[in-house]
Amino acid sequence: MQDGWARFAFAYLNPEVAAEWGPKILDGAFVTIQLGLATIAAGLALGMALAMLRASAPRWVQMAIVVFVDIFRAWPPLVVIIVLYYAFPYVDLPMGAFTATWLALSFVLASFAEEIWWAGLQAVPKGQWEAARSTGLSHFQALVWVAIPQAVRMTIPPLLNRTIAIVKGTALGSVVALPEILGQATSAMSLAGNPTPLTLAALGYLAIFLPVVILGRWIERRFAWKR
Amino acid sequence: METLNTILDVFFNVEIAVRVFPFLLQGLGMTLLLCAGVIPLGLAGGLALAWAASLNNRWLTAACAVYVDFFRAFPPLVLLIFLYFGLPFAGLDLPAIAAVGIGFLLNASSYYGEIFRAGIESVPKGQWEAARSTGLTRRQTMIAVILPQATRNVLPDLIGNTLEVAKLTSIASVVALGELLHTARLAQSLVYNPTPIVVAAMLYLALFWPLVRLLSRLEHRNIARR
Repeated sequence: MQDGWARFAFAYLNPEVAAEWGPKILDGAFVTIQLGLATIAAGLALGMALAMLRASAPRWVQMAIVVFVDIFRAWPPLVVIIVLYYAFPYVDLPMGAFTATWLALSFVLASFAEEIWWAGLQAVPKGQWEAARSTGLSHFQALVWVAIPQAVRMTIPPLLNRTIAIVKGTALGSVVALPEILGQATSAMSLAGNPTPLTLAALGYLAIFLPVVILGRWIERRFAWKR
Repeated sequence: METLNTILDVFFNVEIAVRVFPFLLQGLGMTLLLCAGVIPLGLAGGLALAWAASLNNRWLTAACAVYVDFFRAFPPLVLLIFLYFGLPFAGLDLPAIAAVGIGFLLNASSYYGEIFRAGIESVPKGQWEAARSTGLTRRQTMIAVILPQATRNVLPDLIGNTLEVAKLTSIASVVALGELLHTARLAQSLVYNPTPIVVAAMLYLALFWPLVRLLSRLEHRNIARR
């Protein structure tokens, strides 16, 4: 028993390996956080732009937005990353691993955000629009100052859950050799011949995402989507 | 015209597409097989979690919440890598298919569990009381009265998560399980042309687009009812 624990600790909780490779994992954590924040910023901004455009533009633009959103909801994020990373160099458009992962996840997040916000906009009662327009606001002003704030507030819980799920996809970047947490950990594991870096990576992901998940639970209770 | 031809030649080279298509279809078959395996696993695990959480035992409910939060915070790819590349160091050599099965069970059950829990909570208390007062046991009440209503109430979320689980099977390519994405990457490296990946992307689209459309309609109908 004692022996079994010692062997387990040597493999997964090896202090020497941890001390040697810990800094690499920390570097990876910064890449993960940068990529996550960049994805959230670009994805949500593009999603909001698409939702606003869909609420104001002519029918053929609306259709184009629906097609874009559908495609990126149907494609697995890993497939999008691989297409961007491996396919575009063939037409002289090489993309770094960070750019490819960031673009792919941003498109996916934008699509889900657009769909969720669009559903929220549809749920804003017609009377709100009419009241806003009758006070003299333009269509655009009514959208920005009356409809969107209500839609955004209503959709916070589902959007937050979706955002967490997509940002966790930063780990997929390791497949195209992006040195984020998982990428650093797998290369460290094979160099050290010991899985302790993977334990560190697991702790790193939990340190980043667990607070967000718990925050999400709390927000879900406060802002529950009103039925 | 010239550039268009070049682009078509690179991204959709018909000759290569025809040559690799049978191989990709094999991959597609594996993807479908994986879905048929991991979706029921996740559903069953999630249902068990939600049921356990509803037993009015404080410790059990708290343990379920910890489990769910843990696996919602943990990227599934990290879990899979740990199971497949990390466990052999403990003398546990899982075959790829087992690592994928266990990883998906742990990950998907946490999401399904959360959805089923919300569904069970959405059924009014009076339903419980009425069912129990007719002489049904707890288990009978759960199976015959609560779960059917709970499932209907969260059907869009269940379908949405099922789509996510099905899409996620693409990460099995990382442990060299021959599903669609893996066969496509293999073919791409053999023919030195991205057409196989593009064809695989089309196949994913053909497979999942109907589900996406269905989901949009369900979600919008839900909103109209509000």
